[in-house]
Amino acid sequence: MFSMAMLKTTIANLFRKPATVLYPFVPGKVYANTRGEVMNDTDSCIFCGICQRRCPANAITVNRAAKEWKIERLRCIVCGNCADVCPKKCLSFDNQYPKPLAGYEKGENVKTLHGKPDEPKPPAAPANPA
Amino acid sequence: MKKTILPLGPQHPVLPEPLSFDLVLENEKVIEAVPSIGYIHRGLELLAPKKEFTDYVYVAERICGICSFIHGLGYCQAVEQVMKTEVPERAQYLRVFWSELSRVHSHLLWLGLAADAFGFENLFMQTWRLREHVLGIFEKTTGGRVIFSVCKVGGVKKNISDEDLKAMVTGLETLAAEIKTTTDVFLNDYSAKQRLCGLGVLSKEDAWHLGAVGPVLRASGSSTDVRMTGYAKYGELDFAPVVETAGDCYARCKVRIREIFQSINLMRQVCGKIKGEAIEAKITGMPDGECFMRLEQPRGEVVYYVKGNGTKFLERFRVRTPTFANIPPAIVTLKGSQLADVPTLLLSIDPCISCTER
Repeated sequence: MFSMAMLKTTIANLFRKPATVLYPFVPGKVYANTRGEVMNDTDSCIFCGICQRRCPANAITVNRAAKEWKIERLRCIVCGNCADVCPKKCLSFDNQYPKPLAGYEKGENVKTLHGKPDEPKPPAAPANPA
Repeated sequence: MKKTILPLGPQHPVLPEPLSFDLVLENEKVIEAVPSIGYIHRGLELLAPKKEFTDYVYVAERICGICSFIHGLGYCQAVEQVMKTEVPERAQYLRVFWSELSRVHSHLLWLGLAADAFGFENLFMQTWRLREHVLGIFEKTTGGRVIFSVCKVGGVKKNISDEDLKAMVTGLETLAAEIKTTTDVFLNDYSAKQRLCGLGVLSKEDAWHLGAVGPVLRASGSSTDVRMTGYAKYGELDFAPVVETAGDCYARCKVRIREIFQSINLMRQVCGKIKGEAIEAKITGMPDGECFMRLEQPRGEVVYYVKGNGTKFLERFRVRTPTFANIPPAIVTLKGSQLADVPTLLLSIDPCISCTER
């Protein structure tokens, strides 16, 4: 039997706004919960390396001595485990997706963040000449 | 008669994933189909002993992008059973909610692909437009569109308030009316019926003996649904397996369509019964022992095996996925079919090759 179901939908579609958006000129819809990109507040980061050990994709590299935190964006699976296990809660998720990436050969897929250098220690007080 | 061997795949417009078939043809008639897989094996099972058991859940749910929540859930439930962890009630209800939402999303995706396979592109677009609403709910509640990372050993990571849950279910019920308009086309449209009715008939006995699972088995008249075993909180909900008896592609399509509405009904029931505050239980100790866990994926029954040895690394993890079980029935239905029906027949088992190869 001939069904009118599709015909109705097709006619309704003529008067409906498009269901798609003109991405990237119109940004996609994101929510407060959306996991877009991993962010690190290096001021409170203690470079303990737990995120590196617990990352399922081995995307994070932490160098405690140099106070350096690196994430390889194309390895990161945006699972949120690093933010969950972080003892200082300095890792968080931005709800905006990162920009497209073009310079893989130039290392643009790696985001490197540095902590504040240690303040120089005050010179030891001269021994009291007694 | 002269035979021709025609390769179908691994790259083929109808297959979203690499699956290869060598079709032995006599004119346009398929007399044999020889499948070969192995294009996207990623060794995820071998990764289990190298990752901490609490972190492996993120890998487990990446076995497949469509049934990802239930893969994570199956792994978590298996580990919880080994560790004898009591999961809070609210977490279990939320797991049922997300599982059923996954089923709606997976079946809508399949309907779109099926429409595309039988050449109805407009219907494909319509179905995926509806699926977008479901993905929006996922992103709002879990933070991910298809990979959710919300299930963890001992519970779930994110809560949904009772009010939000009610609003979402009401939204889904409004969406159900739109879904019905679209699914009616699959069931009543002349050209859709011409492509689906009487195609790839699998008798109840054949389906059972070939080891078919999920909608393929239920479309042949077997009332088998692992959700009836009552895992998570399914035991507290009122539902019956969706069964059709014709065993053809149309029946498989109808089972999936009816399951969409059943899932929305189950979510409504979850909304009324959810209680408690806690969403996760504290994990103490390490998994020591082994466990088999069966769950119902949108594509059928999936089996997980977990073996722990008292350390934080599992000794063995194994998955038997529904597509793996549904390939033998697909080969049987392909024999004797026309070449033009091969895409529809292949898609009628809802193949997921990344699950199968892991």
